Amino acid sequence: MEWETVIGLEIHTQLNTVSKIFSGAATAYGAEPNRQACAVDLGLPGVLPVLNAAVVEKAVMLGLAIDARIAPRSVFARKNYFYPDLPKGYQISQYELPIVEQGHLDIDLEDGSRKRIGVTRAHLEEDAGKSLHEGFTAMTGIDLNRAGTPLVEIVSEPDMRSAKEAVAYMKKLHALVRYLGISDGNMQEGSFRCDANVSVRPRGRTEFGTRAEIKNLNSFRFVERAINFEVERQIDLIESGGTVVQETRLYDPDRDETRSMRSKEEANDYRYFPDPDLLPVVIHAEDIEAARRRLPELPDAKRERFISAYGLSAYDAGSLTASRELADYFEAVAAGCGAPKLAANWVMGDFSAALNRSEAGLAQSPVSAAGLAQLLSRIQDETISGKIAKEVFDAMWAGEGGADAIIEARGLKQITDTGAIDAIIDEVIAANPSQLEQYRSGKDKLFGFFVGQVMKKTRGQANPAQVNERLRARLQGD
Amino acid sequence: MKLDTLAGWARRLRARDISSRELTEFYLGRIDRLDSQLNSFISVTPDLALAAADAADERLARGDEAPLLGLPVAQKDIFCTFGVRTSCGSKMLDNFIAPYTATVVERMNAAGAVMLGKTNMDEFAMGSSNETSHYGPVRNPWDPERVPGGSSGGSAAAVAARLVPAATGTDTGGSIRQPAAFCGITGIKPTYGRVSRYGMIAFASSLDQAGPMAASAEDCALMLNAMAGFDPRDSTSVERPVEDFTAGLGADLKGLRIGLPREFFGEGLDPGVRAATEAALAVLRERGAELIEISLPNSGLSVPAYYVVAPAECSSNLARYDGVRFGHRCDEPRDLTDLYTRSRAEGFGAEVKRRIMIGTYVLSAGYYDAYYLKAQKVRRLIADDFRRAFGQVDVIAGPTSPETPFRLGEKSADPVQMYLSDIYTIAVNLAGLPGLSMPAGTVGNLPVGMQLIGNYFDEARLLGVAHQFQQETDWHARMPAAFV
Amino acid sequence: MSLNSDEVRRIAQLARLAVDDREAEEFAAGLSDIFDFVEALNAAEIGGVEPMAHPLDAEQRLRPDAVSEPDQRELFQAIAPAVDGGLYLVPRVIE
Repeated sequence: MEWETVIGLEIHTQLNTVSKIFSGAATAYGAEPNRQACAVDLGLPGVLPVLNAAVVEKAVMLGLAIDARIAPRSVFARKNYFYPDLPKGYQISQYELPIVEQGHLDIDLEDGSRKRIGVTRAHLEEDAGKSLHEGFTAMTGIDLNRAGTPLVEIVSEPDMRSAKEAVAYMKKLHALVRYLGISDGNMQEGSFRCDANVSVRPRGRTEFGTRAEIKNLNSFRFVERAINFEVERQIDLIESGGTVVQETRLYDPDRDETRSMRSKEEANDYRYFPDPDLLPVVIHAEDIEAARRRLPELPDAKRERFISAYGLSAYDAGSLTASRELADYFEAVAAGCGAPKLAANWVMGDFSAALNRSEAGLAQSPVSAAGLAQLLSRIQDETISGKIAKEVFDAMWAGEGGADAIIEARGLKQITDTGAIDAIIDEVIAANPSQLEQYRSGKDKLFGFFVGQVMKKTRGQANPAQVNERLRARLQGD
Repeated sequence: MKLDTLAGWARRLRARDISSRELTEFYLGRIDRLDSQLNSFISVTPDLALAAADAADERLARGDEAPLLGLPVAQKDIFCTFGVRTSCGSKMLDNFIAPYTATVVERMNAAGAVMLGKTNMDEFAMGSSNETSHYGPVRNPWDPERVPGGSSGGSAAAVAARLVPAATGTDTGGSIRQPAAFCGITGIKPTYGRVSRYGMIAFASSLDQAGPMAASAEDCALMLNAMAGFDPRDSTSVERPVEDFTAGLGADLKGLRIGLPREFFGEGLDPGVRAATEAALAVLRERGAELIEISLPNSGLSVPAYYVVAPAECSSNLARYDGVRFGHRCDEPRDLTDLYTRSRAEGFGAEVKRRIMIGTYVLSAGYYDAYYLKAQKVRRLIADDFRRAFGQVDVIAGPTSPETPFRLGEKSADPVQMYLSDIYTIAVNLAGLPGLSMPAGTVGNLPVGMQLIGNYFDEARLLGVAHQFQQETDWHARMPAAFV
Repeated sequence: MSLNSDEVRRIAQLARLAVDDREAEEFAAGLSDIFDFVEALNAAEIGGVEPMAHPLDAEQRLRPDAVSEPDQRELFQAIAPAVDGGLYLVPRVIE
């Protein structure tokens, strides 16, 4: 039987506010345990929550960016359950009336087509603290610094049909929150985490199969692997006569498998009800307009502009706009050297390759956009060839200085003097009489041999176009 | 020394007739001597009180005009007070030394009040008799075999016995008004949102409201001036300028339309309480008020609606008492579940557990619509009844409680009978309106309270009506003989 | 409406309250009385009525995004039942 995979994602994104969603405690990552847990975060008797304005603004920006409906009135509810990292015994979340509903995000598939993924809703909630097991025997330590950090949970429709589509959606959303500047998207620190709802069904059937929810996915790679494992598991199970049970599963990256979280399977009954300590969040038309004015150019619009304004291919424009930092870097290089296509090739080629090798972020790149623009300008004005430019780039990356300084210091300036080139050509011809004879008797392939010899003698610094032109004339023997 | 009211002491302090230290020592002495008969205080804080009194005397000497400067008060033990045990009447918080101070207490401190201690109360404010306190029941100063009402029974008894001139209370379903009625004092529950709930340990967040308890309406107005006001730490606090609640005390009653809901004078009302209430109403009519019969048709549903809404909120509000960060923790927990279930079973008393159980049930899957949602809809019907009534009348009046104080233990075995003790007060909390109880007479030796209900933010009018009544009558000035 | 002791145990488990058999029986009887009393709500005409979650028809106020709360860990942990190295301790949680 042929099977179809159905995937929906729930993505939790921490919003990058300086203070918590309902208290004035700091949200900075990496503080000593419980030093950023104030009376409200600890759920001390008598404390009350007050909503952070920036959290609402950021949620509205997200809603606008995914073309969603911004609820004029949304309500915070309490999700009641006991867990040591949940100080009040309930999580303040949104349930029946979320702040953002019915949006969508378009993803690019490998075959070049686009697919629209529906976003059911995005709601605001508070993060929980952390449980730490190391260093204790028989005990668990609770750090509540993260408790109360603002989260937006973005819930997709079950519109994805493969792990690759799920990853494409997740990457698109990750890029979007960073474009919007509403989250740092740092996956190692848990600022962007994903739960995947996965089911399979015989191809052609319309009703969904029973789904499993895979928790704890904090990298693109894990999402892809966990979904692929889970799909295999479900298909194997059904084909061997079993049935999939609705459950929560945990992905173990070390073993590359998902396993049932039976400890969490005890009947949960969250007893949601409107939080009586908070009033309905009312968003007025002017709030929405203000948020709209703060929206930066979004990835899809930027991609279209790169195609039309710079004449880039759809593929190149898509790659360059995958992150706001890369797009900004490219635009700075293009403006600096005046050659957008050359800039695109370099940014996606040598520059991205060097960046990947170094495992550094773009912000730590040793070659600035202005520096790269200077290098590309030297190609443009024929001071150096593209080939020499690669050598200069490597030296720049190694911290040897700017493009001009390196060209000067290493004497890499291109030879463009016709007389000098002619003299070298004559030397080469004189030194290779037999090859000359063969060439003249019709062995055209040997032209390349002569070019190579000339470039060797000039250590690559002769202008290649000039060399071609002069050499052809000389070899013709006129 | 001759006893006086809060307002009277304020005048004498300013006249330098007496110092705050002398006054504080006088009341501390009364507590020391007399409270063993009442058990109205959970904690007495003489050192803090005397230090505050000395600071107040210095301020008085400088001519500082802070409204409560140097005046002794008591705080219900539901308000967090930095460095002082804040137990909420529960074993769960017997070891809880509050690391911060409630906004109400901060405001009163800033106004110069001198806190003598923390008053006894029903556990987590759940009760109508003060019998659910971990620290033992409070006795009614008019008859030690009877309850003082609850949950602010400690504050009511202490004020009635003049162990303190004024105290704070909180009122979720009648917890200021019913004990005020039972103890023969004046108390007002303001409009929901008038007084900050920050630092006031939550029972039912959409109903809880703090207010003053004192002998007279004038004293309550003085207290409320200090207690009320916008607090940015409470999302449900109302952003609205605070008026001077003493300014309207002189208002004439001529032409005042007083609505008498026929539902408050029907079956179940003790005949003596009815007679006292009617006599008090006659006084108001003589002063020029017009008495108009009205109807609040859904008020009979207020107690059932309340016993869904309040436990639902309480079941969630009390989930934080888990033995992890503060409060009672059981010995040697075997595992996490044992830590939770045993700490909570040991820390909470029977009535609190009962309400947590009710609340958990009405919110649980399959019952939410049938109970919680239905109760919230009935709540709106009840609020709408009042809205219509206030189209016709300025103030609503009736008995505060259907009966005079009952005997200790009399209703302990029957929760529903206990809940019905608040039958006339609960609707006011559901609607969020202000309500006042004032001494209106006696049945035998026992006080009867009359309730005045106002429209939203109409506290000044309620205090004015009560003050005018207290110009004509002396019920508020009477004291239980054992404490004179 | 009557509640049996199994239902009482389920609710007690959700509320994390330890109850023994005797208490479960008592709760079953006591809570049944209260739910019978609450049944009165069924008499209300609530068609088309909006549930009322708050007494006042107001909207949520927003606070500026600023850090206002200093570190008070020592103060807060002085009243904690069990702490070590700044962490609150609970019996080991098994994932």
